[in-house]
Amino acid sequence: MPRALTILLLCQLAGTILQQGTGLPIPGPVLGLVMLLGYLLKTGGPAPHLRDTAQGLLKYLGLLFVPAGVGVVTELQELRQNIIAISVAIFVSTLLGLMVTGVLMSWFLRKQTNA
Amino acid sequence: MHNLIPLPLPLFHVWAYLETQPLLGLSATLCVWEAAVFIDEWARHKAFTNPTVLSILILATLLLATGTSYKTYFNGAVYIHFLLGPATVALAVPMYANWAAIRKNFIAIFVSLSAGSIVAASSAMLIAHAMGAPRTVVVSLGPKSVTTPIAMGISQNLGGQPSLTAVFVMMTGMFGTLVCTGVFRLARVKDWRAQGLAAGTAAHGLATSRMLLLNQTAGAFGGLAIGLNGIVTSVVVPVLVSVFGL
Repeated sequence: MPRALTILLLCQLAGTILQQGTGLPIPGPVLGLVMLLGYLLKTGGPAPHLRDTAQGLLKYLGLLFVPAGVGVVTELQELRQNIIAISVAIFVSTLLGLMVTGVLMSWFLRKQTNA
Repeated sequence: MHNLIPLPLPLFHVWAYLETQPLLGLSATLCVWEAAVFIDEWARHKAFTNPTVLSILILATLLLATGTSYKTYFNGAVYIHFLLGPATVALAVPMYANWAAIRKNFIAIFVSLSAGSIVAASSAMLIAHAMGAPRTVVVSLGPKSVTTPIAMGISQNLGGQPSLTAVFVMMTGMFGTLVCTGVFRLARVKDWRAQGLAAGTAAHGLATSRMLLLNQTAGAFGGLAIGLNGIVTSVVVPVLVSVFGL
């Protein structure tokens, strides 16, 4: 567990250093994710301790964003003032996103089986 | 602090002491989470009893009712919040597990996912902008389709408000979960792989966990869409923001 956490934190640290150093708009942890993925592909998969720790963390991902979500109490005014714009934007964009990806992907898969 | 219920003096001293300590925010978060998980199981995992949404609602209500500032609460909750970074990195592990499936259909997955991601992010920002929402709100809406830790990171980098983004991510997930099966029926998307990919791309883990209840393959494609869209959105949203001149 400590070794797995060390690997995860080092990837995050390296990603953050890269982000801060280059001014890339991609978050440090995402760069860390890409680095870890590259490492896993090169070494042929995660060691059991890394896999277990990753699964353990991801199992409770829902808990991890509670503290940030509670921050909504500081944004109540902004939310209330723009609630209609926000709701319409979320409803329409989510419907469009589901449709575009779903329709395109099934088109690709159909083409593949016909070919 | 203006508590709704006046506390007797010794209790007030205990409260005043605890407010300066991380213990209170930390234990409140964990207790509320356990209660929310219990309610969710009891209600058989409905879209609106999602433990994250429930916990946020309960804790926000508690803060407002007790007149506790978010800063005081976060003083303790930060220890949980910190784990978001390593958890984001950890997403590489399930992505690796799905790598064979990703490689086999790489172009199909990459094109469909990127198209959906760009359409969702740009329509959300353009609609909110057209309806007169201020820049913070518009920018915070951009990454709302991806998983919370990544969405918050993107929002922060662009001058959005990460906690607003967290709320938008939740709203998107709940709405996506409610409508996804209906949309797929309407648009005649029958393949489980396409359904899972679309659910994970447009409405991250919440919709993916719904797909997982229906079909294993759909769940796996949802899982890979979460990670892949996190990367794609990190690149796309900053570009869209500058193209739209937001």
